[in-house]
Amino acid sequence: MNASGRHRVLLKRMLLTCAASFVFCFSLIPIYTIYCEITGINGKTGTLSPVAAGATTIDYSRTVKVEFDAAVKSGLDWEFRPKVASVDVHPGDVIEVMFEAINREPELIVGQAVPSVAPNRASLYFSKTECFCFTEQPLEAGESKDMPVRFVIDPAIPANVSTVTLSYVFYRNEHATQRLAQSAAAIDNRVL
Amino acid sequence: MATYATTDHHEDHDHKPSGFFERWFMSTNHKDIGTLYLVFSLIMFFIGGAMALVIRAELFQPGLQLVEPDFFNSMTTVHALVMIFGAVMPAFVGLANWMIPMMVGAPDMALPRMNNWSFWIMPFAFALLLSTLFMEGGAPAGGWTLYPPLSIQGGNNVAFVIFAVHMMGISSIMGAINIIATILNMRAPGMDLLKMPVFVWTWLITAFLLIAVMPVLAGAVTMLLTDKFFGTSFFSAAGGGDPVMFQHIFWFFGHPEVYIMILPAFGIVSEIIPTFSRKPLFGYQAMVYATASIAFLSFIVWAHHMFTVGMPLGGQLFFMYATMLIAVPTGVKVFNWVATMWRGSMTFETPMLFAVGFVILFTIGGFSGLMLAIVPADFQYHDTYFVVAHFHYVLVTGAIFSIMAAVYYWLPKWTGRMYNETLGKWHFWLSTITVNILFFPQHFLGLAGMPRRIPDYNPAFADFNVISSVGGFAFGITQLLFAWIVIDCCLRKRGAKATSGVWESAKGLEWTLASPAPYHSFTTPPKIDDRMLAHGDVSH
Repeated sequence: MNASGRHRVLLKRMLLTCAASFVFCFSLIPIYTIYCEITGINGKTGTLSPVAAGATTIDYSRTVKVEFDAAVKSGLDWEFRPKVASVDVHPGDVIEVMFEAINREPELIVGQAVPSVAPNRASLYFSKTECFCFTEQPLEAGESKDMPVRFVIDPAIPANVSTVTLSYVFYRNEHATQRLAQSAAAIDNRVL
Repeated sequence: MATYATTDHHEDHDHKPSGFFERWFMSTNHKDIGTLYLVFSLIMFFIGGAMALVIRAELFQPGLQLVEPDFFNSMTTVHALVMIFGAVMPAFVGLANWMIPMMVGAPDMALPRMNNWSFWIMPFAFALLLSTLFMEGGAPAGGWTLYPPLSIQGGNNVAFVIFAVHMMGISSIMGAINIIATILNMRAPGMDLLKMPVFVWTWLITAFLLIAVMPVLAGAVTMLLTDKFFGTSFFSAAGGGDPVMFQHIFWFFGHPEVYIMILPAFGIVSEIIPTFSRKPLFGYQAMVYATASIAFLSFIVWAHHMFTVGMPLGGQLFFMYATMLIAVPTGVKVFNWVATMWRGSMTFETPMLFAVGFVILFTIGGFSGLMLAIVPADFQYHDTYFVVAHFHYVLVTGAIFSIMAAVYYWLPKWTGRMYNETLGKWHFWLSTITVNILFFPQHFLGLAGMPRRIPDYNPAFADFNVISSVGGFAFGITQLLFAWIVIDCCLRKRGAKATSGVWESAKGLEWTLASPAPYHSFTTPPKIDDRMLAHGDVSH
């Protein structure tokens, strides 16, 4: 093969490598999520369906203390707190606790809660069957809302875990807030 | 010895394009483009340096004196971007352009038009980046690492810096493809891969690193762009994304990038030390394999830049040990350089001074890097001036010193004239003394807890900051001497005429060409004589 032919082959391969590398960058997003789900890091918890959670046998011989923590990202004037500071639960028992959020902003805000579980080694044994963090939470100005979390702790949780902390941070979801404000404005226009 | 160019009677031999515009703007000649890269890099070095002096002037005293905090943050951010993408990387690409065809016995780069293109993207990229300084809202001020959400809270400068990074990335990728094609396809017969000079080897590996990671950076900043302007939530927690993921992706690019900026430096030093020690390079093959090992390891250590984000213990341990593992091939290199000098009949011309300075000072930077690799210690050092001291030791006294060494080493080959040796020695000693006054106290500041990227500080840190600022201005002024030496050699041509060998025992194909090197290098492939290679008789 002559020189320019060899250059062309090499050039093609290199450009393909670049393209593959660019695609790889975007594939890191699902890879990261899957990796966190498998290892239970970064707030990812166990995945038990409500039916399976109800069918779990309860281990009355053990008690695990579950503590709750709530915070609001700076720049969002919400109050947000758990109704109870902590509960003592038997592994296998389905527990429901309430969190309360109040929107102190003068307008409708869509919030998104981001969960986190500590210690890390407990997170895969901690399954939420119902959570306000699964969906966007729109709150009108001044509105207060009680939001449930239902969870179950897998009886297989390591014996040296006696306390689990479930923590939430509320963020302002800018895009959803704007979308809702716009659709509300559209409805108002139609009424007028 | 026969110099191939002078015995060459081609019709178009050494005919340069006539007009200034044709010569410099439309050039496809590897030497001209190499020169353009180097001049561009020198200009960027002074622009980035001026920004560093703004930082050091503000930090001369505690309290806010000279600039607004936001402008201070812009200075740290743009200084880093300019120095990394505008000064260090183009300088290495310029050296590669100049030297690689001559070192492997090729007439020019493999893809000359792409070569022209890859250079001429750069001025536009930096025009975009630097134009943000004059915009409403100012230049990007969230740090060169562009961590969201901070980095996308700026105004339109976000779009400018992202497109600038895209263009720099395209330029680097094209440069890298060109270098790989030249090395793999254009070597003279007999120039086997394991007979190539170490500089060529390090650049081959660097080019592969560039191709692997620059698209990752491009992807990461593209996601920032869509997060900011098109309503996606890759890195927005509120929309289901994760800002920490950006750090993972960024450093997956960023750590190999660190080696992109130091592997060619290893190559340069591996050329210079044998010449002035008058001995073949000790452990040539070990050098090549060490370079490849460092490149491989660079892909699996990225999270040591972000130990404090809250990662599982297992992850911290993995990244800690993998990082420390890099000390092994790097140690091989340092010991090989020392072994090359051992019992050599050494002389200390300016390139050698810079090379020896590199070995010593880069190793200091390597040691502080090892300290930073220790997870529990890193929690104290993270985001302090200790980190600043560390990466300036590896980048200024590492990468920049090696570039200066390379310029002094090959300048006579490029221009046909010797530079002013006395001034060169002055430049080295002033640089070495002032750079240590500048950066060494920053270790102490960092250990005492002074944070990075903050324009004000506790008065307790005042003394070391004064020392550091004095060193900073002295180092900055010293570099004007460098510019003068280069201008004096290139334009005034006062120095002695350089022979084709230039240095007493310089080995390698580039020294078989006349000085100044003819416009077209090896129009007929040279004969490879193993004894003429810098690493001596390579026996396999």
